[in-house]
Amino acid sequence: MTPRALATRLGQSLLVIVLAFTGAFLMLQALPGDAVLIKFENPELGLTPAQIAEIREAYGADTPIWTSFWHTLSGFVVGDFGYSIQNGTAVRDLLAEVLPSTALLGVLGFAAAVVLACVVAFTAMGVRNPWLRNTLASLPSVLVSVPVFWLAMVLIQVFSFRLGLVRVIGGGPVESLVLPVLTLAVPISAPLAQILVRSIEDVQRQPFIAVVRAKGASRWWVLTRNIVRNALVPTLTIAGVLLGELVAGAIVTETVFGRAGLGRLTEQAVANQDVAVLQAVVVLTAVIFVVVNLAVDLVAPLVDPRLKKEVRAAA
Amino acid sequence: MTALTQAAPDTVSDDSQPLLEVEGLTLSYDTRQGRVEVVHDVSFRVGRGEVVALVGESGSGKTSTAQAVIDLLADNGRRDSGRVVLAGSELTGLSDRAMRQVRGRRIGLVPQDPNNSLNPVKTIGDSLAEVLKIHGWGSKPAIAQRVLDLLEKVGIDRPELRVTQYPHELSGGMKQRVLIASAIALDPELIIADEPTSALDVTVQRRILDLIDALRAETGASVLLVTHDLGVAKERADRIVVMRGGQIVEQGPTAHVVEHAENPYTRTLLHEAAAVAWATPAPPPADLAERDVAIEVTDLVQDFDQGRGREPFRAVDHVSLAVAKGSTHAIVGESGSGKTSTVRAILGFQRPTSGVVRVAGHEVTSLRPRQLRDLRRSAQLVLQNPYSSLDPRQAVGDIVAEPLVNFRLGNRAERSRQVAAYLDKVALPATIAQRLPRELSGGQRQRVAIARALIIHPEVVVLDEPVSALDVTVQAQILRLLDDLQRDLGLTYLFISHDLGVVGQISDTVSVMQSGRVVEHGTTHEVFSDPQTDYTRELLAAIPGR
Repeated sequence: MTPRALATRLGQSLLVIVLAFTGAFLMLQALPGDAVLIKFENPELGLTPAQIAEIREAYGADTPIWTSFWHTLSGFVVGDFGYSIQNGTAVRDLLAEVLPSTALLGVLGFAAAVVLACVVAFTAMGVRNPWLRNTLASLPSVLVSVPVFWLAMVLIQVFSFRLGLVRVIGGGPVESLVLPVLTLAVPISAPLAQILVRSIEDVQRQPFIAVVRAKGASRWWVLTRNIVRNALVPTLTIAGVLLGELVAGAIVTETVFGRAGLGRLTEQAVANQDVAVLQAVVVLTAVIFVVVNLAVDLVAPLVDPRLKKEVRAAA
Repeated sequence: MTALTQAAPDTVSDDSQPLLEVEGLTLSYDTRQGRVEVVHDVSFRVGRGEVVALVGESGSGKTSTAQAVIDLLADNGRRDSGRVVLAGSELTGLSDRAMRQVRGRRIGLVPQDPNNSLNPVKTIGDSLAEVLKIHGWGSKPAIAQRVLDLLEKVGIDRPELRVTQYPHELSGGMKQRVLIASAIALDPELIIADEPTSALDVTVQRRILDLIDALRAETGASVLLVTHDLGVAKERADRIVVMRGGQIVEQGPTAHVVEHAENPYTRTLLHEAAAVAWATPAPPPADLAERDVAIEVTDLVQDFDQGRGREPFRAVDHVSLAVAKGSTHAIVGESGSGKTSTVRAILGFQRPTSGVVRVAGHEVTSLRPRQLRDLRRSAQLVLQNPYSSLDPRQAVGDIVAEPLVNFRLGNRAERSRQVAAYLDKVALPATIAQRLPRELSGGQRQRVAIARALIIHPEVVVLDEPVSALDVTVQAQILRLLDDLQRDLGLTYLFISHDLGVVGQISDTVSVMQSGRVVEHGTTHEVFSDPQTDYTRELLAAIPGR
């Protein structure tokens, strides 16, 4: 990528983040009710409407939308994400606390998804038996439609309760990661494997594959030294997009397995309409998303040299 | 058929064993309609050092036969019976592992289209080294050296630079040289060349065939040349095997087949090849100079931006031409000569950098979008590939009627009458209107494309390589059809082609283009009988069989 193209691309990335921020802000503001009401309007607290109004004033809940938009945005720019309305902690501290755990889960889950997808795709392509081949090749389509929460429950039921292989509660740090990682990995690996199988099949039909076989190459040689790299580019692109799934998956996984993390934090923030936390989570997700896809765009030309060539519109 | 095989005198004497023997080969493919036999009981031999041409049209089974020799039929293909014997040892029935020792090492393959036959993400050096690595040939530095030597051997300049380049950075001819280098890397006894030049420019074709010839002479390898072009076979092969519908209809030494062809099909092929090779264009109609001008291009220049800091690329460089009403003008040139850019400017698809284009009374260069639509009523386009220029999901009748719908001409009944009339004009049965393009042959599809172009009564039809994707006998039919239609409807043709052989059969006048310029123009008769530039002479010499 030329410096100029890179600058354009970076500019676009920044724009995406700002748009995500604005979109999230407007939507959270448009929600009926707010966190202050949820927390303090509980009749059991016995607060008078005058007291509630006072609290609202203290939280700045009634400031005009544009004032509060600029206030929040300028805070985000310098890394101040505001305070959780629910418990008054700085959102930055809350995130810092849960991020390592979720990052570990996410990275492992994604790695497991990649491994799983490769295993399914390559065995499907390597196997000669047409029946087994078709079964394996259609497995991803089935897995795509499996809901995460249901999968989590099935995994717990089978591996913990029936087989007693993994403890759900009271296991070590490694043991307690096994099932959440699997739960996270399966739904992401499915579309990944689907794309990989499709790309491999597409590449396999290309005439140059027949030429390589005419050189005396074995199927394995053809697959590993010729097909894989060609099939990688579309897969890489999808992998970048699937990262969004990872965040959604983490929410459900952490909730079902009772793990502390970004997902759990998000789930609670939604329940309590904790706008400040949600705003930060949305922006954080957008940043991760944008950075990863930028990385994919930068890596892709290394995999496929044809992408380096700038294509002219008319020739 | 067997009788024919034996009737032809055999050049392979009994004391020298042939290198390749194919005996009673029968092949079939698994399709949705069940098993379809595509090759029936095919037997032929290739002697040591011999060039044998397997000639036939698409669907004749020639490529399947060649694939079966190296046991690389498509996944749904199967050898039902027959033997393939290489230098006395049988290949059929070998394990996959044993067969891999034969491929690349004892039999090399030169594929059809060099543009998609090299791994796009591998460097030229890696692709070429691959065959050596697969067969465990030598150490790393030895392989690197061998790769450079091979590139030099096939006539590629600056091998040190080329090994680091990727396929998309090389021309089609260079890629084919790389593939030839790969095929001969381990000095195989047999080279299978499957239509090795059909995707290349004519002058490049000749050089590639010369290269294969020279390498064969040098290494003593035999060549099995698969081609649809009897002209090429006549020129290059010791023996010719003619296939049709999966069977051998005739085989024998080249001179014998050419002079004493017994089979009517072989004679048709020979006739068409001769027509292409020796077309002596008739002098154009005498009144050509007095007729109105249907297409006039004056000083056309087309530049393309190449990005900041670089000179724009000049694809069309001060081109002028004029086509008289009712006549055919051909633009001849190889890929990159600017003929397609010229056509795009003439039809108003691209605004030229400078110059004036007048087509059927419209000044194209100054037209606004709405007026451009009117231009389309008087100037129509027929494209090269009838497989991709027809909407695969529309029935033929709808495809042909589409221009009428676009211009809101006639009602439904009137349109279907017109469709039937124009299908009849291009010699297609009316029942074809209900069919989908994929159910049609290449020639039929091109007829549909022609009917679609003619249905709104254009004055001018631009034909962009209209026959180069078709088999020779079909080419001849389409050219005759175009000729008849021109006479009946008074059409003006602008005929774009890379093939002077085809041009000689159809056009009255011709412009030869090279690197964006017209290097020669005149009546086809003059240009063929008295070419003025070396380039035109080279193009003429490149017509196979001439």
